[in-house]
Amino acid sequence: MRAFDYIRPVSLEEAGRRLAETSAKAIAGGTNLLDLMKLQVETPSAVCDISRLDLATIADTPDGGLFIGALVTNTQTAVHQRVRKDYPLLARAILAGATQQLRNKATTGGNLCQRTRCFYFTNADQPCNKRDPGSGCGAIGGIAKLHAVLGTSEHCIATYPGDMAVAMTALGGVVEIVGADGHARSVPVADFHCLPGDTPWRENVLEEGDIITAVTLPAPVGGLQTYRKVRERSSYAFALVSVAAIVAMDDQGKIARADLAFGGLAHKPWHDPRIGDLLVGEAPSAALFDKAADLLLETAQGYGENDFKIPLARRTLRAVLEEVTGASS
Amino acid sequence: MIVHEKQDNPDTANRLDGMKQGVLGTAMSRIDGLAKVTGTALYAAEYSADNCAEGVLATATITRGVVNAIDKKAALALPGVIAVIDDPRLTTRAAQGTADEAPQQDPARVCYWGQPIALVVAETFEQARHAAKHLVVDYGEEVDAPVDPEAVKPEEQTEETVSQGDLDAAMSAAAHAVDVTFTTKGHASAAMEPHAAIASWNGDDLTVHASLQMLNYNITELADALGIPEQRIRLIARYVGGGFGSKLGISEEVVAAAIAAQEIGRPVRVVMTRQHVFQAIMRRSESTQRLRLCVDAAGKLTGFGHHALVSNLPGEEFAEPVLQSSHFLYAGANRELKLELARIHRMTAGSVRAPGEAVGMPALECAMDMLAEAAGIDPVKLRLMNIPEKDPEKGLPFSSHTLADCLTQAAKAFGWDHGLRKPRQTRKGEWWIGTGMASAARVHNVMEAKARVTLKADGTAVVETDMTDIGTGTYTIAAQIVGEMLGLAPDRVLVDLGDSRHPRGPGSGGSWGAPSIGSALYVACKAIREELAKRLDIDEPDLALRNGATSSGTQLTELLRGEDLARVGHYEPGAISEDFTASGFGAFFAQVRVNAFTGETRVDRMLGAFGFGRVLNRKTARSQCLGGITWSIGTALTEALEFDPRDGHLVNGDLAEYHVPVNRDVPDLDVILVEERDAAASPIQAKGIGELGMCGGAAAIGNAIYNASGARVLDFPMTPDRVIAAMPD
Repeated sequence: MRAFDYIRPVSLEEAGRRLAETSAKAIAGGTNLLDLMKLQVETPSAVCDISRLDLATIADTPDGGLFIGALVTNTQTAVHQRVRKDYPLLARAILAGATQQLRNKATTGGNLCQRTRCFYFTNADQPCNKRDPGSGCGAIGGIAKLHAVLGTSEHCIATYPGDMAVAMTALGGVVEIVGADGHARSVPVADFHCLPGDTPWRENVLEEGDIITAVTLPAPVGGLQTYRKVRERSSYAFALVSVAAIVAMDDQGKIARADLAFGGLAHKPWHDPRIGDLLVGEAPSAALFDKAADLLLETAQGYGENDFKIPLARRTLRAVLEEVTGASS
Repeated sequence: MIVHEKQDNPDTANRLDGMKQGVLGTAMSRIDGLAKVTGTALYAAEYSADNCAEGVLATATITRGVVNAIDKKAALALPGVIAVIDDPRLTTRAAQGTADEAPQQDPARVCYWGQPIALVVAETFEQARHAAKHLVVDYGEEVDAPVDPEAVKPEEQTEETVSQGDLDAAMSAAAHAVDVTFTTKGHASAAMEPHAAIASWNGDDLTVHASLQMLNYNITELADALGIPEQRIRLIARYVGGGFGSKLGISEEVVAAAIAAQEIGRPVRVVMTRQHVFQAIMRRSESTQRLRLCVDAAGKLTGFGHHALVSNLPGEEFAEPVLQSSHFLYAGANRELKLELARIHRMTAGSVRAPGEAVGMPALECAMDMLAEAAGIDPVKLRLMNIPEKDPEKGLPFSSHTLADCLTQAAKAFGWDHGLRKPRQTRKGEWWIGTGMASAARVHNVMEAKARVTLKADGTAVVETDMTDIGTGTYTIAAQIVGEMLGLAPDRVLVDLGDSRHPRGPGSGGSWGAPSIGSALYVACKAIREELAKRLDIDEPDLALRNGATSSGTQLTELLRGEDLARVGHYEPGAISEDFTASGFGAFFAQVRVNAFTGETRVDRMLGAFGFGRVLNRKTARSQCLGGITWSIGTALTEALEFDPRDGHLVNGDLAEYHVPVNRDVPDLDVILVEERDAAASPIQAKGIGELGMCGGAAAIGNAIYNASGARVLDFPMTPDRVIAAMPD
């Protein structure tokens, strides 16, 4: 672990300034950053402790949505009455992740920025274009069971490992960001994370000095919500594949709304609006679900060990759609 | 006074059954439990040493080659760094269990990626870790080191080879046969407490607090590594936070701490990081196993073939003894057994809980299930029909045999349906539900052991031995055995373990701890009883002791006349080990559900029945079985070490990515203790139980997966990808 300074700003403005002028990393729960610092994967010269800033509120928004502060812990979000009532998908996704102890510390903002679990990224003595640009991708040709099949590049096949953001993507959440200059902007969760391309070290749209202040969820849209996470053990394991779904049926038994997002498949929560468009207006059927999977996996590419994710994603999508549409195989 | 007893004949006297205290075998809670749960039990790294420096191992980033030079100057310029130790005496692997000599030394010679090459010592752990990670090393790399066990020509382990009759002919002539190949992945011990040591010198005398399983061997291994007499060393391991084989032999941090402490003239603590423990201690070898089994029309085994390929580093003698129980578990006149070892440059392979049976039994027992299906015979019945009268290879009688009892009792308790079995019969929602079973077997080991028992003048007793308690309950059963023999409540018995100044015990390993140290204690206590009987002018067997007094009311304190009475019991297994085949046996039954879409498997309930001689403590014995079954779940479903196919490095070396079962993976488990007296096992008629509970259980789960979903998975662990690939739809 590189020796580091500890900064504790008293205001958002100060935090932005300190983050912009040093190579500091913002720290809140620290459940990811500290592990990576111990492994010499993250080597900030300073950590900027934002955990005491006033960003820990959950509140209703005027349009009926929900504002979840960046420092609200994952546990607080998952047990919040409105989340459980109106966004059960989010509660399920959070509770499917990590462990109780980690969820008690992990925060909304920190979780959005969670870094990949790629074995080559977390081992500072192995090549990784994300950690050490230009050193190569160890996962390609290596142990790649956890890795991405969508949106990969020759430089990186890592996945975004989180669950919360997948649910927030399906829910149409928006990340609220304040820049070092005090300027606020909003980015849909679906656009927050980046694909690796030839800049795999760039994982999201945050610029130096940016601080996530909240995620806002739009007013609930009705329908059935579910989060299905497929994993080897039943807790404390990252998703092989996960599916977040909000599906509403009309009174003709046709699909009236379908918002889907996928975890475990890509460098970001995967969102393909064409799938919803395909499903809406149709009666649920195995053939329809297969078409949806075809669309999802149109460009999928396996890297040997993770080839199974392609059929697994198809099967999981079908299971989820059967569940939320009430169709059965 | 040392009292020596060598067991050459079965001991059918069952003396412990005639004792009057009534404490042995009871479900007594651990006497060290309170200290552990309140944090007052000190583990190796928790001792305080004045002016202690912190060492962190630096590890190789090449697979094979030499270290030409280490830039010590650069490292020493980093904050807090005191020394960079690359002494040629540093060890680069952990010693194998019972090695009794130093493991591979010479850190300049690299044999696997992640091997320790130096120790960086600094004022703080963080400074040492930082410097260790930034050590500039000039390597002479030797490229193309083989890391794939299937890609090299293996060495046959000829002492394992058996060829009786004509298996090929038996297979062709058989009414039913299976010929199937399984694979298993490597496993890690994943003990909670990482390997750690604090070394301090006082002149030429070295004291080391360490986390080790077998001080009786470790002290010799350490002395050999350092090149000093073992009389100069005191090793202390009072509490050990799990071992599972990973702490059998002296490990790298102990030797490194001792060398560094001497060099800098200060105590040095070396705590391995979790990644170090995973990458530089021991792996259970992966295995490829071909099973050939055939039966006649009545279901009697006529042929038995088991061929296994495992791997290890060049120079290591250990080859995962996959065939260990296959040699005697089932009948079959035509037999072919062969074990082969591939020499590759992955980290050291060695003992991980139940070496051999942990992976051999799951493969064999899945093959038996396939054979039962092929022959149309209930799998429980197939096993019952094929229990041999005597060891099918050596011709020896069994010291005892509880397999039939275990199978029958467990089947009844589980509610096993002995009718015709067909896969994919029960579906609830997305889940296929099914059941499976397997036999359990684990060879019985017992070792030479010494322990001192002192009956104090005040009527209490003290037990002293270097034996360890690695979380298994040794403290507790020692108090129970001594309490039973000397007529004392266990709280009158002080048990002092894990100090090399005490008489040498057997060490904790191979499930031999309890029967071996128990026998030494029994021998010591019997000698004390003889002296007491002499003072009463009666025969020792007539001495009835309970709660510190004889049956006629004489207090022990009176008999002791103000003086302590001490005896060292020295137990040695004798010729008897050549006269019998001895094993623990058992049976597993499991019900699982398999998700028809995702291939995820969850165990709904699981039960095991185990026969392992005398039960010394019903609670700690049951806990061992519960732990074993939990490991069975891990073996079946989740645990797999993954190695990079190019440089052979262990990629998933932490507890987030090496998946031991979590609470949610483990349902309520049932354990039936099938108690017996095995007269040939030990003078206390006990066998080991530390490993039996995981020897075959993974097959019960694998067979249940097949019965539930129709997916016959031949590769362990049976992860969702493999289940989906094997599913019929």
